[in-house]
Amino acid sequence: MKGDQGVATSLFKQLGERLGLGSRHRRANFIFIAAFVVLIAVAATLTDVFFSGNNLSNLFRQIVTNGLLSLGMLIVILTGGIDLSVGPVVALTGILAAGLQRQMPFPLAILIALAAGMLAGAANGFLIARFKLQPFIVTLASMGAIRGLIYVYSETPQTPIYPAFRSLLGGGFIGPFPVPSLIMLAFFPLVWMFLNQTTHGRAIVAIGGNEEAVRLAGINTRSHVLLAYILSGFFAAAAGVLLASRLGIAQPSVGSGYELDAIAAVVIGGGILGGGGGGAIGTFAGVLALGLIDNLLNLFNVQSYYQQILKGLIILIAVLARRKEH
Amino acid sequence: MAFLEVHQVSKSYDGTQALKKVDFAADSGEVHAIVGENGAGKSTLMKILAGAIQPDEGRLLLDGKAVQTRTPQQAFHLGIRTVYQEFSLVPHLSVTENILLGQMPTARFRWWVAWPDAHQRAEEVFRTLGFSGIPVRLPVSSLSVSQQQMVEIAKAVVERPRILILDEPSAVLSQEELKRLFQLIRRLREQKALVLYISHRIEEVFQIADRITVLKDGQTVGTVLPKTTSQSELIRLMVGRALEDIYPRRAPQPGEELLQVRQLKKEGRFQEISFRLARGEILGIFGLVGSGRSDLARCLFGAEPASSGEILLQGQPVRIKSPRTSVAAGLAFVTEDRQRDGLVLNCSIRDNVGLATMRQMSRGMFLNRRLQGAQVQHMVEEMDIRPARIAKPVRELSGGNQQKVVLAKWLLAKARLLILDEPTRGVDVATKVDIYHLVGGLADQGVGIILISSELPEILGMCDRTLIMREGRLVGEFSRQRSSEEALLACAAGVAQ
Repeated sequence: MKGDQGVATSLFKQLGERLGLGSRHRRANFIFIAAFVVLIAVAATLTDVFFSGNNLSNLFRQIVTNGLLSLGMLIVILTGGIDLSVGPVVALTGILAAGLQRQMPFPLAILIALAAGMLAGAANGFLIARFKLQPFIVTLASMGAIRGLIYVYSETPQTPIYPAFRSLLGGGFIGPFPVPSLIMLAFFPLVWMFLNQTTHGRAIVAIGGNEEAVRLAGINTRSHVLLAYILSGFFAAAAGVLLASRLGIAQPSVGSGYELDAIAAVVIGGGILGGGGGGAIGTFAGVLALGLIDNLLNLFNVQSYYQQILKGLIILIAVLARRKEH
Repeated sequence: MAFLEVHQVSKSYDGTQALKKVDFAADSGEVHAIVGENGAGKSTLMKILAGAIQPDEGRLLLDGKAVQTRTPQQAFHLGIRTVYQEFSLVPHLSVTENILLGQMPTARFRWWVAWPDAHQRAEEVFRTLGFSGIPVRLPVSSLSVSQQQMVEIAKAVVERPRILILDEPSAVLSQEELKRLFQLIRRLREQKALVLYISHRIEEVFQIADRITVLKDGQTVGTVLPKTTSQSELIRLMVGRALEDIYPRRAPQPGEELLQVRQLKKEGRFQEISFRLARGEILGIFGLVGSGRSDLARCLFGAEPASSGEILLQGQPVRIKSPRTSVAAGLAFVTEDRQRDGLVLNCSIRDNVGLATMRQMSRGMFLNRRLQGAQVQHMVEEMDIRPARIAKPVRELSGGNQQKVVLAKWLLAKARLLILDEPTRGVDVATKVDIYHLVGGLADQGVGIILISSELPEILGMCDRTLIMREGRLVGEFSRQRSSEEALLACAAGVAQ
């Protein structure tokens, strides 16, 4: 009896080694993928709506905002920081784009909105890099300040978006694929490339591990921290513009709590707050996981409160699974 | 029957066997040294005793009774105290709190800390230990590395331990501090405690140990008595081969002037520093801890701004504003604490070795990862960094190999002036020899070397010329012919010979 057990265990071990499950980290990834597949399989058998083109296109449209925000958040978290101000930036840039398109061609309005997002990021990054302030505090302050700024700027509770803008970005399709989703999906390989293939990306990853060592290697650490927050601002602005264009209106109240979803996606994907872990691929998995859960629970008409509880649990499980063993 | 017995203990990590059926015994009232190269398994064995990790198999016997140290708490209750190489202090808490952590004196109410009592007790602890001049009220982070080490040791002996494990305790201590540590160890021995002393420094082990156990490749090679064993025999046991030439034999031919420093000053740290360095010269800077030698190195490299003074490189005045400008000017700096500011521990060997040369290895903003990988791989093989897998995180490397990674980074950058601050601290003997020969080879190729060290044999063995620093000033210069341990030490300490 005991012998059989031994054989079985060693078989599993060998199988595990074949699949590259040696380390705990890899094992965690494997468990995640497996859980994912099971989740989708269960969903597909319980409801035939899930695999319908309509639902899938919905799913990918729903994760656009969090997908973009998570990319910015990932870059900032890799430097050892955090950006809490992305939610208000989403609202600000949406309002800005919607307001400006009345006075100028909408592509120009979009460019200005993107620039505004990057400016907000630059302000965060400057304060953090130049004065060595804590990212949490700086972005907490700007989160409040930007939210206030939006209400000062926008007089109406809603600003409508012109149809041309809507149909091109928010409502547009290329073949069966919604345009915003394609934009969001395209950014993941770009960020992966940025982080893995460029000098700036490698510097950012290294800074989160040991900023002083990077500085002493002759690399300008301040400018890289600044860059990270500008990128986060850019992604938040892109998310804001696409969200406004999809909804057809821009609201000053939109975006509250978005920063938490973005942080959650990064962490589920293997990111470590304080730097030293995380990547674009893992973050994509995190975004997809969170989106999928929302989508499935919607299909089964589960109240959104339960969705929140479940999301919280998943984040905890993800962190527990990746916990370092001593 | 011995006081402590370790029976057939094995431990492996991720497939590599760190300890293979290790046997080892020590008595109470003994100073038992454990020596071996990095990666020999010393630290693993100590961590098992301290309950930090669990052995895969084997038994521990204390006073003839089988004991288990499943957790650090269990080891603690057995009276086992450990001073690790990595500090386990809370940086932003005061020295007092660090020493009395978990046993702060309280007044009247259980939750009311009696601060005056606490500080008094901490001061008393240091007084009885013979460690003076440690400000107990200040946060630990404001202390120097050697002072932090003293705090770490004080914390371990504040309640009389039955077994005290010291893992490389002397790495950051000055001679004077080391002397006090030895007094403390001898006192503990008189009190019938067992002191397990792990060190790379052979001289030290011979001074303090009653017996020496040698580990090699995770196995016990043997236990010897320092009285009947010579240092070279011990080294042979550790490394498995004779080490005739520790230092490279060079015929130094200093070339034209590479560096000239004029009246360099850093407010409150050092002043009136003027010296020259030729190409191919190895210039030593020796001084006691606190003499300002590391500050000087940091200012030369631009890690901190100097207050005033001039630096000339090959006759041209240069303004070194930041590490960025100095790296561009061909300077390189190996810091005294590689883990704190020399390495990105979570990143791979490739990322660390390539860190200072990303610009050279890229087209536009795109890094040529293939070129970088090939160059790093070449460097890793040339320098015999183990494991030779460039994707391996630096965290998983031994101290010696980590130091080689730091050096490889600057070799790849083809620096013309290399500033080394304690380059062999916490490094095993074999790697030390590798590093010495590497540095010697660089000098032969015309690289100027500034070598800061608190190890006199290293200074004497390596340097063509040595400057002595005391209290922020250069107080002496010795040619190789005039250098001797006594002369350098006397000059550094400010005592007339």
